Amino acid sequence: MKLLAPERRILTKGIDTPNLNTIEVYEKQGGYSAMKKAFGMAPDAIIGEVKASGLRGRGGAGFPTGMKWGFVPFNLGKPIYLLCNADESEPGCFKDRLLLEKNPHLLIEGIIIASFAVRSHKSYIYVRGEYTLAAKIVQKAIDEAYAKGYLGKNILGSKHDLDLVLHRGAGAYICGEETGLISSLEGKKGYPRLKPPFPAVSGFLNCPTVVNNVETLCTVPWIIQNGGATYATYGTEKSKGTRLFCLSGWVNKPGVYEEELGLPLKVMIDHYGGGMKDGSKLKAVIPGGSSTPPLTPEEVDKCLLDYDHIATFGSFLGAGGIIVIPEHIPLIKILERISEFYWDESCGQCTPCREGTGWLFKTIRSIEHHHGHKEDIDDLKRTATSMMGATICALSDAAAMPVLGFLKKFPQDFQALLDEAERKRKVSAGRKLDGQETTEMTEVTR
Amino acid sequence: MSDETKKSEDVTKIAFTPERQKAFEATVAKYERKASALLPTLYLAQEQFGFLSPQVMVHVGKLLDMPPREVFEAASFYTMFRKKDMGQYLLQVCQNVSCCMMGSDDLFQVIKEELGIGPDEVTADKKFSLQPVQCLGSCDTAPVVQINDDYVERLDAEKFRALIKKLAAGEKVAEVNS
Repeated sequence: MKLLAPERRILTKGIDTPNLNTIEVYEKQGGYSAMKKAFGMAPDAIIGEVKASGLRGRGGAGFPTGMKWGFVPFNLGKPIYLLCNADESEPGCFKDRLLLEKNPHLLIEGIIIASFAVRSHKSYIYVRGEYTLAAKIVQKAIDEAYAKGYLGKNILGSKHDLDLVLHRGAGAYICGEETGLISSLEGKKGYPRLKPPFPAVSGFLNCPTVVNNVETLCTVPWIIQNGGATYATYGTEKSKGTRLFCLSGWVNKPGVYEEELGLPLKVMIDHYGGGMKDGSKLKAVIPGGSSTPPLTPEEVDKCLLDYDHIATFGSFLGAGGIIVIPEHIPLIKILERISEFYWDESCGQCTPCREGTGWLFKTIRSIEHHHGHKEDIDDLKRTATSMMGATICALSDAAAMPVLGFLKKFPQDFQALLDEAERKRKVSAGRKLDGQETTEMTEVTR
Repeated sequence: MSDETKKSEDVTKIAFTPERQKAFEATVAKYERKASALLPTLYLAQEQFGFLSPQVMVHVGKLLDMPPREVFEAASFYTMFRKKDMGQYLLQVCQNVSCCMMGSDDLFQVIKEELGIGPDEVTADKKFSLQPVQCLGSCDTAPVVQINDDYVERLDAEKFRALIKKLAAGEKVAEVNS
């Protein structure tokens, strides 16, 4: 497998150039030329290029971007909105932050081209509230783009108008779900909405709305500049292009790395990540962010980072968050943090998710503290299974999948904890006869 | 005086400073509907008043033509809005997977030892408070603590202890973070 040469990078080429986040440096590097080219094309031709590129949404769901744009009804007489989803909050993912902080004009250029293609004249960047530095940098870049006439009325004489507003979230993972994001932008709690109607038809303020991830939009200028067909030569037959992978956990060189889809996961960890820290032994890898089921070391050796191959191991590329777990970290602790996360972030609208995430978390915590019972494993599996596909949005599934994945792939780790609990109970039962106190359950508090 | 009148009196006294009022009006103008400006307006209010008291939320509702109920509903939904005075430095310690693996539990311990506070507690001198938070999107530099707006990355117990001591002695986050 050949590695992606630095000069062939699509998203991160020259990303460490000093002051790339200013419009002068960005333009010196050739920035905004794709926008100029796009204004010479028909909007449908732009959509055609993106379709030809095979680009799939990089926010986690992997929906083909060109197809999403093609769904927008252009003749309803309603305004069309383009929303950039920068509410990156899935544990293990930090790629959008890199793009926002280091190359905000690439995103703005992508938004201008996308808005021209989908006939939108108003766009919002919804950035997670915690990313205050990114928000400042992007706002400054927006101001620069307005000053240059790249935003506003009749951009460069193209007759295309676009207003772009940066909007900060305020700490809610669910607002990264596209309809939750829309609710939030309307000034409400970030409650996801039932689909259909899909946002493309009825989204923000009941108008046609396209919601795209930061990385997805950042890819668009390159596709317009070089052609969809050229983009499609990157990656594999079915997983086209490059992606940003966020490598974290027990590796020597954690960070964001761009690679072609189809790269062996092992190469990502060993070459880019510099291998396991302190020479520790690998226990498991979460390949796409906290919601994606883990891979065993044997699977890591075989797995390729493309949409289809990873699915054969029952997992997903998700939003590209690769978390490397060494042998000395108890998996129960990892799973406890993951299940607490989804419990904390469930918006509470749907019963299976609101109640299910709490049950999963409490049961897992109880097993972690050696208070588990042998029925717990089946209870966890039953609860998790009943949470799948039963709710308005996918948060419930996202909470259930890692639980099912960890239990399936590492049953011995959980059994050992239950055995230990059983042993302790026997000891304590003996003590109880001697008149000593015993605690049955740990209190679970937020 | 009944509690009710006291509350309504307080609300009438609440107002943005002229600069914030200007910022508020500029913000509202960016959106199609006033309600969309709720989060930025709550941020402005939090900036000025330190946290969002019921009276402040009533005021925000008036500014945006929203019933106070809807303002409260939203403000309580988003974790970054403070419903009580969290003091000068809000220590937001990430407890999620990568940070926990790289030692965030030690950071909670340091806070306990140095400041004597646990989750959602404020020190008696109102200088520090602690909030365990979910993934901050900085897993490659774990463990991470966000102090008010600033990220402090690649921490360990000793670095964090030194940092808290410096902040307690009056240094700014930007100074200790460089």
